[in-house]
Amino acid sequence: MEFQFTQKQIDFRNEVLNFLKTELPSDWPDRMKYWPGGYGSMELNEDPEMVRTAIAFKNKLAEKGWLTISWPKEYGGKQYSYMEQAIYEDLIMYYKAPGMGIATGIAGPSILHFGTEENKKDWIPPIARGEINLWLGYSEPDAGSDLAAMRTTAIEDGDDYIINGQKIWSSAAHLSDYAWLAAKTDPDAKPHKGMSMFIVDNKSPGVTIRPLINILGSHSFNEVFFDNVRVPKRNLIGQKNMGFYYLMLALDFERLMVGIGAFAKMLEELIAYVKTAQRDGRPLSENVQVRQQIAYLATRLEVAYKFFWRTADMLDKGQQPSVEASALKLICTELSRKMADMSMEIMGPYGQLTGPSPWTPIRGMIPKGYLDCISATVGAGSSEIQRNIVAQRGLGLPRK
Amino acid sequence: MDFDLTQEQKILKQSARDFLKKECPPSLLRELKSDEKGYLPRMWKKMAGLGWTGVMIPESFNGIGGDFIELSILLEAMGEVNCPSPFFSTIVLGAMPILLAGNENQKKALLPGIADGNLLTAFALTEPGQYFDPVHIAMEAAPDTDGYVLTGTKLFVENAHVADKIICAARTGGNPGDKNGLTLFIVNGKNPGIRVNRIQTLAHDHQCEVVLDHVRVSGNDVLGPVDGAFEILESIQARAVVAKCAELVGCLQTAFDMSVTYAKERNQFNRPIGSFQAVQHHLANMVLDVDGARFITYQAAWKIARDLPFRKDASMCKAWTGTAARQVTTLAHQIHGAIGFCEEMNLHLYYRKAKAGEVFFGDPAYHLEKVAQALGL
Ligand SMILES: Cc1cc2nc3c(=O)[nH]c(=O)nc-3n(C[C@H](O)[C@H](O)[C@H](O)COP(=O)(O)OP(=O)(O)OC[C@H]3O[C@@H](n4cnc5c(N)ncnc54)[C@H](O)[C@@H]3O)c2cc1C
Repeated sequence: MEFQFTQKQIDFRNEVLNFLKTELPSDWPDRMKYWPGGYGSMELNEDPEMVRTAIAFKNKLAEKGWLTISWPKEYGGKQYSYMEQAIYEDLIMYYKAPGMGIATGIAGPSILHFGTEENKKDWIPPIARGEINLWLGYSEPDAGSDLAAMRTTAIEDGDDYIINGQKIWSSAAHLSDYAWLAAKTDPDAKPHKGMSMFIVDNKSPGVTIRPLINILGSHSFNEVFFDNVRVPKRNLIGQKNMGFYYLMLALDFERLMVGIGAFAKMLEELIAYVKTAQRDGRPLSENVQVRQQIAYLATRLEVAYKFFWRTADMLDKGQQPSVEASALKLICTELSRKMADMSMEIMGPYGQLTGPSPWTPIRGMIPKGYLDCISATVGAGSSEIQRNIVAQRGLGLPRK
Repeated sequence: MDFDLTQEQKILKQSARDFLKKECPPSLLRELKSDEKGYLPRMWKKMAGLGWTGVMIPESFNGIGGDFIELSILLEAMGEVNCPSPFFSTIVLGAMPILLAGNENQKKALLPGIADGNLLTAFALTEPGQYFDPVHIAMEAAPDTDGYVLTGTKLFVENAHVADKIICAARTGGNPGDKNGLTLFIVNGKNPGIRVNRIQTLAHDHQCEVVLDHVRVSGNDVLGPVDGAFEILESIQARAVVAKCAELVGCLQTAFDMSVTYAKERNQFNRPIGSFQAVQHHLANMVLDVDGARFITYQAAWKIARDLPFRKDASMCKAWTGTAARQVTTLAHQIHGAIGFCEEMNLHLYYRKAKAGEVFFGDPAYHLEKVAQALGL
């Protein structure tokens, strides 16, 4: 057992830290009002200047090979350990910096696992260079927790597949280049035997993206319609009809992306706030209940970090975290809710203030988080589903 | 013991629901969130026509009499649809303080206007940095020839932007922290020394920052005893939290009903999500919260109506119902999944209102402390 980083890892951590401090505007973390664990915040695309900064920053990350730290060198990676990748992710999310995404976090690793050589040649280089963005095309109106129930079809036709159907809750589809899409290639087979994964160009004729406005008032997700969309066969990822298993693995990768650093940052902001803010003429930090709440959150976060590092440790030992990814996702998103609840309790009536005013605590983050944490325990598989996975897949408890 | 409403009360509840069903879809809260007034004057007129604005006001002042249970029934019905209106700020926080502390002249001057729906009020208590306990009030009311001059800032004053009168708590003596020295004033809402800034809130509930800059108030506009408002404030607060809980009961009940319906209708894995025990347990936990909130709220309302001691009940009621409001609306969202996360759905409006209700005039922790005190601790 060893509960500390190696010297190499410490050096790497400092390198990333210095990079973030020098390359990002110092007010960047404050301008990104992303609530830890939430899936609904989309500040970035609202300010063109921030978008430019983000793109420039991401290009630099790509040059350094940090978008793909743990990938093999032949695929544009640095071939560092997963622990180093986790260290990088922690800091990126602490700074709310644009350095992680579906392409490098989910699609890329999935393709490396089960893609054909052609798939790897087609997709890995542009992903590693940070050139393309993907959105997740899993959920449908009648297939949320139950992805096997999806109805979107991809039927072979000459050199193409023809896609028909509807996806929903498609986060950032309107800001991405391609869909990372699950569809039924054998609609008559058992769901687990008739699904395949594709990469589909958003610009293909027949793709229609319609905005959905979320309860934060942001356009973060969409409905996407596929009407006889032709996709070249080489965009099939891996083997035909194996998609359900690929999807399960892709979900494991997604559940590792918990944004742990953002929790640490938010906790620091809370601590700074209670040290300065007064309540009825006394510092909030003197209030017994407030002290307990902050200590409680800090303790939970410390434990959540252990779940996080544990998954990196497993990956470095050649094991694929699956149940462990679900446990990590569960503890972090439940902490997202707890942090929002307790912050609101600490702020009392001031927690209601959403707009800019001299009385609004922490830039209005708290009520925003109180809304966005609703999505934390739903998106990427609800808490109930994560508990089912831990109980059934993890403990082997019977399903019926 | 009888846990059911009387026949008359049932009729009142049904007619309130029928009216609101026609006039006030739950989405109105969202539609009016940036509205200049924040309510529909036409609907307000109709409410007055039904006698709602006169509910606690004696017939001698143009009201319809009525007791706290009837008030609670109306508030519950409004809570069911998130009704945006000046009802709470005018009836619970205007008419009630005047009834509790006003002299005959003040009652004659103000209550008929409120009962007719022509006079709107707001209640200004909390100051920047303050939470819930009125002892901390610092705003100075300096004596002046035949009156007082008020200077300071109040926060969270709902509907101050449309109020004809603002009931304002200020200090005529003592220091912040003292129970003595507090006085209530009836301030003209249109006084040129008053600046009202709307503040954006989670529940779209038209709360305001009210800045008073040397606002002159005549001695005739002191509500209740000079220096002795603390006890009245406590009494207003205790009644107001029960009234708020009645509203929350409607809010909770609706979020709960929506969830039960959804759990039966939404299918995943070829079966209703309500067939999963995880979802069933959420709903069963919600039953305890919802029913508990209803019981404890109506018990407190009943005690107020019967003139029985009710302070401890009021605090228990607020502690339970405030927590229940949050838990029920949170679980309601959990059960609805992504669909509840859409702006155009109404569920989040209940979630927002539940939070605002939870912190109104004392959060659960504040009221639990009051319960502890009432238990002799
Ligand atoms: C902000 C946000 C962003 C999202 N982004 C994307 C995206 O980019 N791409 C994408 O494909 N999807 C996305 N999603 C969708 C997300 O994956 C689904 O919301 C999630 O899988 C739940 O599905 P559902 O919303 O249909 O709820 P349902 O599956 O209908 O679930 C409703 C309730 O039933 C419970 N339930 C369901 N099945 C069971 C069971 N077997 N046992 C116990 N309880 C059960 C659930 O836990 C939940 O409480 C996003 C969702 C949100 C909120």
